Amino acid sequence: MADFLPELGRALPDVGEGLLVTLEATVLGAALALVLAFALGLASRSSRLPVRGATRVTVEFLRGTSLYVQLFWLFFALPMLGFRLEPMACGVLAFGLNYGAYGAEVVRGAVNAVPRAQSEAAIALGMGPGLRLRRVVLPQAYVLMIPPFKNLLIQLLKATPLLSLVTVADLTFQIDQLRSATGGTAAAYLLLLLLYFGVAALLGAGMNALERTAKERLGQGGDA
Amino acid sequence: MWDMEAARAALPVVLKGFGVTLLATLLGFAVAVLAGLVIALLQRAGTRWIALPVSFLAHFVRSTPVMVQLFAAWVLISGLDALPLGIAVLGLHYATYLSEVYRAGIDAVPKGQWEACTALSLPHRRVWRAVVLPQAVRNVLPALGNYAISMFKETPFLSVITVHEMVHEASTFGSTHFAYLESFTLAAAVFLIASWPTSALVRRLEARLAH
Repeated sequence: MADFLPELGRALPDVGEGLLVTLEATVLGAALALVLAFALGLASRSSRLPVRGATRVTVEFLRGTSLYVQLFWLFFALPMLGFRLEPMACGVLAFGLNYGAYGAEVVRGAVNAVPRAQSEAAIALGMGPGLRLRRVVLPQAYVLMIPPFKNLLIQLLKATPLLSLVTVADLTFQIDQLRSATGGTAAAYLLLLLLYFGVAALLGAGMNALERTAKERLGQGGDA
Repeated sequence: MWDMEAARAALPVVLKGFGVTLLATLLGFAVAVLAGLVIALLQRAGTRWIALPVSFLAHFVRSTPVMVQLFAAWVLISGLDALPLGIAVLGLHYATYLSEVYRAGIDAVPKGQWEACTALSLPHRRVWRAVVLPQAVRNVLPALGNYAISMFKETPFLSVITVHEMVHEASTFGSTHFAYLESFTLAAAVFLIASWPTSALVRRLEARLAH
């Protein structure tokens, strides 16, 4: 325990490296999830039944099979079919697919929550479906999406320690190394929890700022 | 490639683990439902000396990874078996989510109900037990269902502290028989088969309570 601080000083570059890996997985996973959320979320509102049905099945499949199993499947089972992905790619893909499916529900719900009169007014002005979505519906739905997206982003961050189970040297892995080197178990895990807490707080603050600007752009700022 | 023989051998192993998964979900969720209510009520306590630390602690637990919490509890707390320890940690982690659900549910009880209780000068305990909580529970039931399903899908985290739940069994079988494809695909299928009808049920409950 007495060795913990000097050892931490020596290990600081490794811990920083691990933090970067964790951040990288979070950002890339979230970016993939965001793209997928919009694609699946908008497709689930399609008027064509096959499109809607296929989207529904995809979303339910990705949500229903557990992130943990998806990551392990990509890492252990997929190579048996002849495809081998880098461990980090497995992580980003699993995070993106899983949280993308949850995000699709957020997009769908937010678009549905925009008052119908807004679309009707846009139709009356002669706007086509694409323009209507881009200029009228999405800017309003976007504000509603940010708080649930914030929750999903923090959930995703909290899932990243899984990477350490598939040989990625993320933050959890690096601090675990430090813990074995020093025996300072309590100090190491407290530090680890504090680091995740700090990153979560930063991500949360960023999303709150995003929500504020989005609201101001819609003229809903100020009193909110 | 897919080996039917291996899949047939893996199935009973995976299903045996599923029993542990189900047990952990049920007991863990029972912990979460009770502890979540306690946290929600403490957060509403009259004195700030209770409300603030409890709120901070719940916020802290909610924003840090359950996997790290499991590791930490496993290494630091001795004398408890992996299963009860894991159930307690997972349950307390979810309790911090549920406390927010309860809070929203309690806030959604119309103010007039409180005022009526004051007018009738009902005792404080009775107000909670007979008036507020029954209405709050109605508000939060669908959200509780959704959290139960998501907890079910997070029970594989228990394998990091050697609980022999479904994914742990699948993993062990996969490595000893070189049959990861079969064992993990079966585990995924069991999760899907179990969670799909449950989430449909919760959606129906949600629709019914909305009217």
